[in-house]
Amino acid sequence: MKYKLFMLAIGVLLCALPLLAQEVEEAPPDSMVVGSVPAIPTPAPVTQLSGEDGKNDHGHAVMLSWELSADDRPGDTTSTVLSYEVFRWVPSMADTVEAVRLAYEEADAIMRSDDAPEGARDKRNDLRTRYFDLLEQYPEFYASYPENGNWKNIGASPSGSTTYEDQGSKERLASDYLPDFCDFRYRVDAVTAVATIRSSSEIFGPVQSSGQYFNTGRVPILIGVLVFGLLTLLFVQQARGGKDLYVRPLAGIEAVDDAIGRATEMGRPILYVLGLGSASDVATIASFTILGRVAKRVAEYQTELIVPTYDPIVMSVGQEVVRSAYLDAGRPDDYKEDTVYFVTQSQFAYVAAVNGTMLRELPATNVYMGKFFAESLLLAETGAVAGSIQIAGTDEIAQIPFFIVACDYTLIGEELYAASAYLGREPILLGSLKAQDWAKAAIIVFGTIGLLAANFNWTFFTELFRVTN
Amino acid sequence: MKRQLPLALVFVFGLFMVFQYFVPHESSEWVYEFLLDWILIIGIFAVALGIWSLFRVAVDKIKTHKPNWGYSYLTLLGLFSMVVFGFTALNGESWGWYFPFAISALMAIMMIAQTMATTSQKGLYAGLTGLFALIAVVIAIFDPAWSFHFSTAEGVENPMFRAFFDHILIPCLSTMFALLAFFIASAAYRAFRARNLLASLLLIAALIVMLRFNPWLAAVYGDFGARLSNWLMNVPNMAAQRAIVIGVGLGIVATALKVILGIERGYMGKG
Repeated sequence: MKYKLFMLAIGVLLCALPLLAQEVEEAPPDSMVVGSVPAIPTPAPVTQLSGEDGKNDHGHAVMLSWELSADDRPGDTTSTVLSYEVFRWVPSMADTVEAVRLAYEEADAIMRSDDAPEGARDKRNDLRTRYFDLLEQYPEFYASYPENGNWKNIGASPSGSTTYEDQGSKERLASDYLPDFCDFRYRVDAVTAVATIRSSSEIFGPVQSSGQYFNTGRVPILIGVLVFGLLTLLFVQQARGGKDLYVRPLAGIEAVDDAIGRATEMGRPILYVLGLGSASDVATIASFTILGRVAKRVAEYQTELIVPTYDPIVMSVGQEVVRSAYLDAGRPDDYKEDTVYFVTQSQFAYVAAVNGTMLRELPATNVYMGKFFAESLLLAETGAVAGSIQIAGTDEIAQIPFFIVACDYTLIGEELYAASAYLGREPILLGSLKAQDWAKAAIIVFGTIGLLAANFNWTFFTELFRVTN
Repeated sequence: MKRQLPLALVFVFGLFMVFQYFVPHESSEWVYEFLLDWILIIGIFAVALGIWSLFRVAVDKIKTHKPNWGYSYLTLLGLFSMVVFGFTALNGESWGWYFPFAISALMAIMMIAQTMATTSQKGLYAGLTGLFALIAVVIAIFDPAWSFHFSTAEGVENPMFRAFFDHILIPCLSTMFALLAFFIASAAYRAFRARNLLASLLLIAALIVMLRFNPWLAAVYGDFGARLSNWLMNVPNMAAQRAIVIGVGLGIVATALKVILGIERGYMGKG
C-alpha cells in the first residue's frame, strides 16, 4: 500500500512538473517589464514630398520623392525612423470596381469550364462592360477628393530612401491596374519600430500619370541607327555607281564552292543545317541567303541537298529559297520539296535526327549556319566522325569555340552576315559591309576617347552616350 | 505584285518595329503585342505544315526503301501516339474501351501511310484504313470512360501521355544531352594538341583555367593561380568576346536595315 501511495505521489509530481515549468516561464524577468522600455518619440515627418509622371514610360506610374525625416540619419544608430510607408488617396468606388472585376473573373472561369451553363458568356460580357464603364469614371472618382475615399497603403521604402515609384499595371483587367489621367494624391509616413508611432507628411497632389510618345532616354541609339542607316545608303549608292569595294577574303565562304565540288565528285549529298533560330532571327535570315547560294550551286552541279529544319516557319521559308535557287539555276524540275523538311521542335530530338542522317547518308559536306546552342558540338563532332568537310557560322559567342574546334572552317560572328554579300559579290550588298567597317572604326575612336574620358573624369563625353530606359 | 507586296509589308512592319522601340506609349505597345500574337498564330499554322512534311518524308522513306526505312514506321507511330493520347483523357478510374480505340485510331493512321507508300495493294490498305477508322469512331461515340479534349489541356494529364513523355522521351533527350560531356572531351583533345605556338598558348591558358576548378589542386594552386585564371577570363577573353559582340551587333543592324529596305531578299529566295 505504501508502495502504491509512493508511486501515486511520484505520478502526481511528474504530471505537475510541466505546470510548474509553465508557471516559471510565465514569470517575466525584471528586464522585460514593459514599463522599463524607453518611450520612442514621434519622428519628424518627411518634407518636400513631390511627385511626377514616370518619365519615358507607357504611363500608369508616378514617381514620388521627398526629403528624409530629421530623425532618419543614415549610419546613426540613434535614428528612430525604420521605414517610410506610402499612401495614395483612393475613392470608395474603387472597392466596387474591384468587386465587379472579381465577379467578372469568376464569370470568365465559369464560361471557360467544360460544364458552362447557358448564358454564361452573356453574363461574363455584361460584367466586363460594367467594369470598363466604371473604369471610365475613375477620373471623376479621384476628382471627388477628399469626399468619399480613404488613404490606402500602397507600399513602403526602407529608411534612408527618398524615392518611391507607384507602378501599376497597364492591363485594365489586372488587380493592380493604375488608371492614367487621374488626380492622385499621396502622403508618406515616417514609421518607427512601434508601428503606431509615426508622423505623416503633408499631402501632395494632384499628379497624373500618362504615357509618352518618345523615349528621350534612347536618343543616342536613335542617332546611332540613323547615322549607320545613312552610311549604309551612302555606300550602297556608291557601289551602284560602279565604285570598286574591297572585301577581305572569307576562307569559310571560299571553301563552300570547293566543298560542293567535293560532294559532286564523291557522289554524296550536302547537309545544310539552319540552326535552332526562328525565321525572325537575323542570323537565320543571313543563313537563308547563304542557303540560296549553296542550293544554286548544288542545282548546277546536280548534287543532292539535305536540309533538316527545327522550325516549321523556317522550313517553309527554306523550301521557297531552295525552290527559287533551282529555278535560277535553270533546273526547276530537279527540285524536290522534301529537300527541306521538318524534323522536330525538341532540341535534342533534332540533334538525334540530324546525327542519324549524317551517319546514314555520310554527306561529303556539312554546313551549319544560323543560331546554335548546346547542340553545336554534338552536331559538329558527329560530322567530324562521319568524315565530312564542315563549314560553320554563328553569332552565338558561346558556341563559336565548339565550331572552331570541330569544323574545318568557321565564320565568326559578323562574318556570318558578311557571307551573304561576299557570296553574291553584288555591289549593293557589299556597300553595307563598307558601312559596317566605318561604324567599327567610329566605335574604336569613340571607345578610345571614352577610355580617356573615364580616366580624366570628362563626364560630358560619357554622358553623350548614356542610354536610359 | 508577287514580289512587291511582301517587300512592302516587310518595309512597313520593319519600320514600325524600329520606331516602336523609341515610342513607349501604350498604343505603340499594343500594336507591338498584337503583331507578336500574329507570330504565334502563323507558328500554329506552320506546325501543321511541319507535321505534314515529316509525314511525307517518312512515307517517302518507306516507299523508296531507303536505308533503315523501318524506323519511319516508328517515327509515325510515336508522332501520332502522342497526338491521340494528348487529345484524350479518362473521365474516371476505368479505361473502358480506350486501348482498343487508341490501337484502332493508330492503325488507321498507319494504314493511310501504308496506302501512300505502297505501289500495289492500295485497295487493301485503303479498306483496312476504313475498317480501323470505323472501329475507332464507334468506340469514341459509345464509350463513356474517356472523351476528347481539344480546347483544354486535360490530355496532358492522360496517364499514357505522361508515361510516354516521362519514361521514353525525357530519358532519350537526357541521354542525347549527356553525350555532350564525351564530345567535349574529344573536342578538347583535338583543340589542345600543341602543334604550333598559338595552339601551345591555347593549351597553357586552358590548363590554367581548368586546373583552377580542380578541388584537389586548390592548395597547390593557391591564390595566385586563381587570380591568373580570373585575369585570363576577365581581360583577354572578355576583350575578344566584346569585340565579337560589337561586330555581331553591327552585322545585325546592317542586315536588318538591308531587309527592311529590300536590299537583302535572300529570305524570299532572291539574293
